[in-house]
Amino acid sequence: MLISNMEVIPGRTIKQHLGLVQGSTVRAKHVGRDIMAGFKNILGGELVGYTELMSEAREEAKERMLAQAQQLGANGVINVRFATASVAQGAAELFAYGTAVILDDA
Amino acid sequence: MLELIIFLTLLGLGYGVGSYREKNHYADLAVREKALSHIAVFDHKLAAEHDFQAGGDLVIGNVVVSSDYFKTVVATIKKFFGGRLRSYETLLERGRREAILRMKQMAHEQGADCIYNVRFETAATSQGASNTLSSVEVLVYGSAVRR
Repeated sequence: MLISNMEVIPGRTIKQHLGLVQGSTVRAKHVGRDIMAGFKNILGGELVGYTELMSEAREEAKERMLAQAQQLGANGVINVRFATASVAQGAAELFAYGTAVILDDA
Repeated sequence: MLELIIFLTLLGLGYGVGSYREKNHYADLAVREKALSHIAVFDHKLAAEHDFQAGGDLVIGNVVVSSDYFKTVVATIKKFFGGRLRSYETLLERGRREAILRMKQMAHEQGADCIYNVRFETAATSQGASNTLSSVEVLVYGSAVRR
């Protein structure tokens, strides 16, 4: 399964567009990470725990989008976009969407 | 009195460690940017006629950065008068450069030459209990292509 945020894939042709697919997840950070982040807030710099949390969650949203694409019989998702929205204090929604396609070797 | 001591300790700690880390981060960024400078990054889409043979895979870089205590306090005072908040500017600049580097690193591992269609996104990941800015996530993504 190829994922791309372009609408033209080098070396491949798009045989068929199957329509929009999407995946989302809502995550909250847990207390342990929050306390560590609290210390880090004094010293500044990267909050590694949060960086991991966000990329894990984004991965999950991507997987859900891919599951939808697989159901449609696609072998690729193109024009992928991400969106992040905070829905409540300490919770964020991560959203991924794109167009499911059937790709052919050119 | 005790509160004042705690406040000043945090302020000193934030200033000392925060600026030391910032200096190190800037030096580190410069070195890594040089090492990955062979990968060109564009924010437009692939032209109809191009000389790329393969690739097109999504590459992502993200980082959550936090301001230190000293900078947060300074920014809170400055917010009263308005104008430029330098401490947050440098924070976001560092975050964005770091995210771009992580994206480039991912492309480099795939043997890519260029990254197209790059998009940025910035989200405040927590408003925090302490009413000030606590952390910001910077996300950057694009598609890596090979010649």
